[in-house]
Amino acid sequence: MLTYITRRALYSIPVLIISTFLIFSFVSLAGDPTANIRANPQFSVITYRNLQHKYHLDRSIPVRYGYWVQDVVTHKLGTSLVTSQPIWPDIKRTVGHTAQFIVLAEILALILGVTVGIFSAIRQYSVFDYTFTSLSFLGYAMPTFWLALLLQILFVNIYLKWDVRIFYTSGLNNPGNGTWSWDRLQHIGLPVITLTVISFALYSRYMRASMLDVINTDYVRTARAKGLPETKVIMRHVFRNALIPIATIAALNFGSLIGGAIITESIFGLDGMGYYFIQKLGQLDIYAVMAWLLVTSVVIILFNLLADILYGYLDPRIRYD
Amino acid sequence: MTEPTTPDAPLHLQKHLVDQASTLGDGMDPALSGLVDPTLDAGLEIQARSQWSYARSRFLRHRLAMIGLVVLVIIFGAGIFANLIAPYSFEEIDLTNVLQAPTTTAHHFFGTDEIGRDYLSRVIYGIRTSLEVGVFVGFASTIIGVIIGAISGYYGGWIDNILMRITDLVLTLPALAILLTAAALLGQGSQWRVSIILALFYWTTLARIVRGVFLSLREKEYVEAAKAAGSGDLRIMFRHILPNTLGPIVVSASLTVGAAIILEAVLSFLGFGIKPPIPSLGSLIASGQQFPQKWWITVFPGLVLLIIVMAINFVGDGLRDALDPQQRRVRA
Repeated sequence: MLTYITRRALYSIPVLIISTFLIFSFVSLAGDPTANIRANPQFSVITYRNLQHKYHLDRSIPVRYGYWVQDVVTHKLGTSLVTSQPIWPDIKRTVGHTAQFIVLAEILALILGVTVGIFSAIRQYSVFDYTFTSLSFLGYAMPTFWLALLLQILFVNIYLKWDVRIFYTSGLNNPGNGTWSWDRLQHIGLPVITLTVISFALYSRYMRASMLDVINTDYVRTARAKGLPETKVIMRHVFRNALIPIATIAALNFGSLIGGAIITESIFGLDGMGYYFIQKLGQLDIYAVMAWLLVTSVVIILFNLLADILYGYLDPRIRYD
Repeated sequence: MTEPTTPDAPLHLQKHLVDQASTLGDGMDPALSGLVDPTLDAGLEIQARSQWSYARSRFLRHRLAMIGLVVLVIIFGAGIFANLIAPYSFEEIDLTNVLQAPTTTAHHFFGTDEIGRDYLSRVIYGIRTSLEVGVFVGFASTIIGVIIGAISGYYGGWIDNILMRITDLVLTLPALAILLTAAALLGQGSQWRVSIILALFYWTTLARIVRGVFLSLREKEYVEAAKAAGSGDLRIMFRHILPNTLGPIVVSASLTVGAAIILEAVLSFLGFGIKPPIPSLGSLIASGQQFPQKWWITVFPGLVLLIIVMAINFVGDGLRDALDPQQRRVRA
């Protein structure tokens, strides 16, 4: 197992280097961060040249990539080209916010999705099953941004009409409130609901399919034949085996969400990773965008690895070597 | 031998099926065996049915898929004939009628927007934009995926290696972020640029599927026979192997259309997609964020988008059920 993990980790290093190099070249070729300065008549050509030289923009792309890597390694993800501020504090702050609401949403979605999946599978083709299968179809096709916007509009109108504040529709905190306060929960409530609905559709579908797969196996028939009570068959033999693929899917989903529920965060103006990315992309702050992509890719790689390890741990038939 | 009768299948498919039935031998698909010996029960006249006619009847019996298809035809029909159906043009400004709620007077069934443009017309033209993007991306990414998958599966070697590494990279990168970056830097708000960017992103899954089929089929006896008969590589690839991948290709293309429509909407919503004045469902929904009390601005384009995506998913599921050769045959 340990050799497998080390090999995977070592293998992901060249993948990271190549992908960052490709993205760096693409971004540097396509977007010129000094375009504004060049277009501004208040800056002389000399200033422009000096700036270009200072930030190595007059060098070839592989050289610039080298400087960028150096900056990333020695200065914790480097400094922004647009604001000349270090990038690390921003990333650190936003990752925390994103993690907070994503963990809440994913836990809720997992509990709900797994429960509904189990009951849908046990009572296949019942009214319960049909209701939730159709709902999950709906949630699966639902454009995230539309759902988020509908929720936002709904709660804005509730506030305007009846002057009741159930959830805030934008931002992260009112001034003077901490990370784990009632106020914060009111702020992240709607983003959490949005993500929960979307992830719930995914998990309940997979859980139902996975339960049905297991229910029809021979060892479940054996368990029933030897006279085990039905609840025990379901909980001991079916549920535990059906959970294996869900664990992997949840790990993968979580990994890709850390990189920001870009859409949800930008609608609710939540100061998280995704919102940060959209803002920096809008300013064409390429080094911040690069740092963001680097962090997110590392997280995705880590969670892919975690999913594999989890799979091997939960299902002893699978051996990595 | 009786010729299979497939009146609706395109001519080249019919020819191909006959072709395959006569040359295949034991590498043949079970569903095709009905072709070779159409009269199983002596005395009874049984009409020979091709794989495609089975697939068609399976699809026609898939209730959700048929509903989805009808809905799609209606919605996309409205988009195609937008200039005939829409009561107004999408840019006709009427400043005396700003942000009016849906009403039947003056045919503003979906209300009007902040400068008095008829919202129903804007949504219909938005459907047209979505349809154009979806169909273009569906076709373009399918062609790219098929060609790359075929080449890398058939020849293997360094091409195959590069393809597999690219798909590995795609798996480790945050897809939406990369797409947004590309659209922000290269999209310039143009519909065609955004479509091309989406197409360049969407071929990898299909390429992997096509590659897998090619890898397993290139060793088959019938391919060897075709080689012995002097067929060139291109002929073997596209006439003998490719038809076996048509099922997955059709399914993946249909789902790609849906994914492209949704992604275009996401890009436009976040402001990196198609720029106004061309209406796109995404930017129409986005404009609703400024007017939380004018519900119709957000609800109608979103509802249309949701219905389109659901219908495409149903059709895709139906196609998958119909074209999967492992499915049991329909009793006819």
